[in-house]
Amino acid sequence: MLHAKDAPKENLVVRGARALDPVEGVDGQVDVRIDDGVIAELGSNLSVNGHRVLDGGGLVLAPAFVDPHVHLRTPGREDEETIASGTAAAAAGGYCAILAMPNTEPVVDSAAVLGTLIEQARAQAQVAVGFLAAISKGQQGAELTEMGELADEGAVGFTDDGRPVVATSLMWRALQYASITDRPLAVHCEDPTLSQGGHMHEGVVSAELGIGGWPSIAESVMVERDLALATYENRTLHLMHLSAKASVDALRRAQGEGVRATAEATPHHLVLTDEAVRSLDSNLKMNPPLGNDEDRKALVEALRDGTISCVATDHAPHARHEKEVPFEAAPFGVTGLETSFSALYTHLVEPGLLPLETLLERMSAGPARAYGLEAPRIAVGAPANIVLLDTQASWQVSEDGFRSRSKNSWLIGEKLRGRVRATVAAGRLVHES
Amino acid sequence: MGDLHVMRDDLRPPTPPPKRHLISIGDLTRDDIERLLGTARSFERALEREMKKLPTLRGRLVINVFYESSTRTSSSFELAAKRLSADTMSIKASGSAVDKGESLKDTAITLGAYDPDVIVLRHPQIGAPQLVARVTDARIVNAGDGKHQHPTQALLDLYTIQEQFGRIEGLHVAIVGDVLHSRVARSNIQALVLLGARVTLVGPPPLIPRGIEAMGCETTTDIDAIGAADIVYVLRMQNERMQEGANYVPSLREYTARWGVTPERLRPGQKIMHPGPMNRGVEIDPVVADAADALIETQVRAGLVTRMAVLYDLLTTGPKPVTAEVPMEVA
Repeated sequence: MLHAKDAPKENLVVRGARALDPVEGVDGQVDVRIDDGVIAELGSNLSVNGHRVLDGGGLVLAPAFVDPHVHLRTPGREDEETIASGTAAAAAGGYCAILAMPNTEPVVDSAAVLGTLIEQARAQAQVAVGFLAAISKGQQGAELTEMGELADEGAVGFTDDGRPVVATSLMWRALQYASITDRPLAVHCEDPTLSQGGHMHEGVVSAELGIGGWPSIAESVMVERDLALATYENRTLHLMHLSAKASVDALRRAQGEGVRATAEATPHHLVLTDEAVRSLDSNLKMNPPLGNDEDRKALVEALRDGTISCVATDHAPHARHEKEVPFEAAPFGVTGLETSFSALYTHLVEPGLLPLETLLERMSAGPARAYGLEAPRIAVGAPANIVLLDTQASWQVSEDGFRSRSKNSWLIGEKLRGRVRATVAAGRLVHES
Repeated sequence: MGDLHVMRDDLRPPTPPPKRHLISIGDLTRDDIERLLGTARSFERALEREMKKLPTLRGRLVINVFYESSTRTSSSFELAAKRLSADTMSIKASGSAVDKGESLKDTAITLGAYDPDVIVLRHPQIGAPQLVARVTDARIVNAGDGKHQHPTQALLDLYTIQEQFGRIEGLHVAIVGDVLHSRVARSNIQALVLLGARVTLVGPPPLIPRGIEAMGCETTTDIDAIGAADIVYVLRMQNERMQEGANYVPSLREYTARWGVTPERLRPGQKIMHPGPMNRGVEIDPVVADAADALIETQVRAGLVTRMAVLYDLLTTGPKPVTAEVPMEVA
């Protein structure tokens, strides 16, 4: 279901790093030998055998990351991102696999469009890409897509992301029908009659700035609805980019009752609050909007305790001229592939809010599990999907450093701690810095 | 080599003061506001003379850029600049390149090429003044950005109150109506609270923004609360901002019945203000609008001298206090 450019696999030895794989229970200084792209040996003082050596001294070697939520803007807006540029950005961010959303032009709602994308990924993708297909034709919220054929063609899951499934009846039918596939439904929870006219979280800051408020219930009432439907149909559900405490509370309650729902949170929702919008920087405008500090704390707690099992960047590239407009005129969305680890390391791990092991799990095994993909792991016989992290590094985010075609990052100019030094994806060294 | 002085300090050209803007009341301190009100008072006296033009801003260029319709704000800014002898230009969105889809940024760069000293901007979106400030060298005066701020309106309102009551601190101001969509309300709340007035917002629940109490004001849905105020500030019921079917209020009829400012709801001596344009018979009863206690016309006159003070302040004195005599001397 995942596709990347075919290229020769590497023979590598990573020496001297602290290997850390919370799922496999690996934590200690260990050398890793990779033969022809597969982890062949873990041990100390491994022989080099003519392999290329990566010096891991002082670095953390972890399973590479999996991003369950990326907008590659292809087809239709290749000026903003292509499969080549988006996967290069992913490699720089430590990702070995990313999942692309279907809200493109045209929408990925037919086997023909999906097939073309898969072909392109096989020609261009630096790291493995999986494609989600739409729930409804044209994401119009009226008619179901041909989910059977799309699953056969290789759709990793189904979503109308970018838009909610407004009609409850359609969401119900989608849950029923998708059961003929083994692919999850992923939902963007938003009641558009509540979010209409909203450009930021409704609260103290929107009241003062006079920016149209987007109440957190616009998300949470849809979360409640979709969890109720999933419960009724006994189906799995993946909740995308949660932003509100009420949504987290509803999810935790449902999980406690045995509902098989997973969820993701983005670095920006985990780090920022609506207070940041006072700067009126359009790179702080995203859907859903940044919540208040209670929302943010609830997300961090849910990520820590596993209620939310995935970090998702919701990497959403936008052309510069579209973002260089007043806040309310700007489109929703920010980039994130190249900064996610550093942002969360700086703002959650260093201050002691989240253990490093937990962050690594939520950025790799968690998302893989949510979509039924093989999780990257540090184990003999596993394909080499690893990342080398420098937790001592300090760096300043700048536009020039991005591989993404778009620069609409909320972190430009910020000083961050922790940096991705190398990424090995499917046995290929795809990034080194 | 470290001690080499090529020029004596007193011979250096003075460093230009940092470029200042007036985008939000939040840009001002209490001292700034008091200085501006003092300058406005000096200008008011200057305008009482037969020759009303002052040479203060001769050779300066003030460009008014209005992306939304306006009568009193645009006319008073234009007259304010002219009374101070500045050159003025007025650009309206309709009939300009904006009609052809030019972005705000490109329009600003184009106007910036004329080296304006001040750009007065009205725009339907918050953040527009900051964007223009980033891409031009002009000082920006915000003449209204979306629902965010209208700082010169608040200043002229403060001026009006100060002239009427001789003080602002300790007064109780009730602001009535559509606060949600009102930049006038936001600037006034901020300014009045800064100067020590007590502010109560009164209106239908959906039009009182959730969380606005954090600005330091009180809120109520009960119109009878206006009886306790020294000043009743009536907001325009902004039909043009009401999205169809948004159901902020069931009807204007019910709004007027519940929240209209009528003679019966007022007590003698209360002063009435309104930023205009009024919807007579909707948010304000015509009898109230025309009563002797209404300061509405005074507000319009205050608009001219306050805006003169803002232009003068941005281009000349800066944060240094101005005595009442300064503008007179240069006249």
